[in-house]
Amino acid sequence: MRTRYYERDAFPPAVAELRRAYRVFVPVRRGDFHAFAEWDDSVRPDFDYRKTRVPPKGLVFPQSERLLVFSTDERDPEHDILREAPKDFPPQAVVGIRPYDAMAFRVLEVNFDTPEVRDPWWLRRREATTLIGLARADEDATMFRTENYAGPFDERGLDVIVYDLGRGYLAKALGEKGEAALAAMGGDEPAADALREVEERIARAATPELPAGRLRAQPAAPELPTGRLRAQPVVPLFEAEFWDEVAAPCLNCGVCTFLCPTCWCFDIQDEVRKQEGDRIRNWDSCMFPLYTLHASGHNPRGKKTQRVRNRFMHKLKYYLDKYDRGVMCVGCGRCVEACPVNIDIREVAARMNGFGEQVERHDR
Amino acid sequence: MTDYTDRLRAAARRLLGEGRVDCFIGYRRGSLPLAAQPAILTRAEQADSLIWDPSCGMNLAHYAVGRADRIGIVATGCVSRSLVALALENQVARERLYIVGVPCTGMLDAGALRRRFPGREAAAAAYEGPRVTIAFADGNEELAVAENLARPCRTCAHPNPVVADEMLGEPVASPAVPAVPEEAAAAEARSAAERWAYFCEAFAHCIRCYACRNACPLCYCPTCFVDESRPQWVGKSSDPTDTRTFHFLRALHLAGRCTDCGACERACPLDIPVRHLTSRLNAEAKAIYGFEAGLDLEERPLLDRYRPEDLNDFFK
Ligand code: SF4
Ligand code: SF4
Ligand code: SF4
Ligand code: SF4
Repeated sequence: MRTRYYERDAFPPAVAELRRAYRVFVPVRRGDFHAFAEWDDSVRPDFDYRKTRVPPKGLVFPQSERLLVFSTDERDPEHDILREAPKDFPPQAVVGIRPYDAMAFRVLEVNFDTPEVRDPWWLRRREATTLIGLARADEDATMFRTENYAGPFDERGLDVIVYDLGRGYLAKALGEKGEAALAAMGGDEPAADALREVEERIARAATPELPAGRLRAQPAAPELPTGRLRAQPVVPLFEAEFWDEVAAPCLNCGVCTFLCPTCWCFDIQDEVRKQEGDRIRNWDSCMFPLYTLHASGHNPRGKKTQRVRNRFMHKLKYYLDKYDRGVMCVGCGRCVEACPVNIDIREVAARMNGFGEQVERHDR
Repeated sequence: MTDYTDRLRAAARRLLGEGRVDCFIGYRRGSLPLAAQPAILTRAEQADSLIWDPSCGMNLAHYAVGRADRIGIVATGCVSRSLVALALENQVARERLYIVGVPCTGMLDAGALRRRFPGREAAAAAYEGPRVTIAFADGNEELAVAENLARPCRTCAHPNPVVADEMLGEPVASPAVPAVPEEAAAAEARSAAERWAYFCEAFAHCIRCYACRNACPLCYCPTCFVDESRPQWVGKSSDPTDTRTFHFLRALHLAGRCTDCGACERACPLDIPVRHLTSRLNAEAKAIYGFEAGLDLEERPLLDRYRPEDLNDFFK
């Protein structure tokens, strides 16, 4: 396994080397938030960022993607025949992705790469993508760990893990794609003390002791309680009375699903301009009434409570039961932070997990 | 502020206890510091979960729409204006509303406040008069609420409830504020091309989640135009033209109706200045017709009335 060390100032130029062979995406500051953007001459990467507002999910699963094209011109012998939209999938490197966002692709893949259906666009873009992760113990109070996020040094979703040691960065390849990327980045063999420091940092992050100046807030439910979820019978949980109370403040605004790195739902739409048609796939959200609206006009999830319940049941129960890969959540906390009415998935998980038991309600 | 909490709890306890209302809409403490969560209480014993402090920013009028029961609700100036506008549009019934009014000195921009201390994690917030103290592991920060207001609160011209069945405190002075947010006003002084560039840039990173629409108490249509599929008024992809069309149409559907409560901007996860469009239309309604939405239960909505002295240029 190749390891490389870069002094702080030498890291961005090393990343820039990747631009010869990859489209390189980096975190950039945009107003009050960070976002991933392609590194061209108009942007400046900021590797000191904590979390992007919108997850980098779109780099593999774009918010809008033209899948197929067609012509409605009757004179065209091929009219109304769907053809694949021409496009290529050049190699891309996402540099500075955080481990939770990388793990999110693992959570998502069961939807796009299944024994029955293999989504060609997802597969090709995923194959073309190298994830170069940034590991630094800076989780904030909205974050928590799940089966799919073991902490800031979780390497499972990554091709390269880059430890931020303050004075410099230590990068370690994790597999073939990572080896290739790291070879392109150059750099020096790390000294023994840098390697030792990485070990120390990993050990420290395993125990929830926090560096001075930072303190975990005391949310009503600081972690995501999931221990009993698997054993909960699904129908009574579905019919539980607490859903009305959970849903009451919800605006059905969709922020929680659009900002979620592990939400995978999409809608397919045709758009026709003159006589050229596009079949486009767009992100969708189970929070929207339109999501389940049938052509007949019937809506099986016509009520807000039903939609809110679906979001949490999907993430914390159906996914768990169906795939046996933990919950559909990497604990990034985006939904906790950005929900305009502060619906906190940890509190909902506590209710689901404790359902049927006499659980004490959080004092609030 | 703390005494407001006590008075609010007493009012809710009394109203629910005496059977004067079937539910009471207020806020309870959220799971994060600086956050409050809208709550709909149905029993007098729940009254003690209510809070009142500068984190109570999300417009509660939204929750009164579509309810058939008798509603108690705590209302600031902007919430009361939304309720008036909704009553005029027959979305809430005034006689089924019991409004507990609070004179408002403005609500915090919690997100911006959290981001103001990068790398430090707020553990708790305490409110004392016009100040908020945020506790961090390495010490407290004391800030003036007035200097950390949410954008809509910075230009609020009607902080006192315009209608209430009881008031929890004495009215506060109404500040003289610009009708159009500064950034939008600055944009207006420029050429059409520059304004267009400003608009495109300001809305470029919208993700079309529609939180701005859903948070708006006046956006209550059973099927929003963006959700219509026959005909499809606007494309659903992240194409910039469609995103801009959504914003134009959303703003125009609120012309003469928007009460400038700012719920849209509060809900937007990307801080898009969606109010710039509606506040511009509000300024227009005021300049041309002397009309401000949601001030008077006796005055019909702007687009629903005719007065001989109205500007009649379009007849020509
Ligand atoms: S972000 Fe909050 S209010 Fe919006 S749909 Fe999600 S849970 Fe509901
Ligand atoms: S559910 Fe919330 S915390 Fe979990 S991955 Fe999605 S946005 Fe992050
Ligand atoms: S939570 Fe809702 S939007 Fe997200 S993946 Fe599940 S069903 Fe889809
Ligand atoms: S809330 Fe913000 S991001 Fe969402 S649709 Fe409205 S302006 Fe766009």
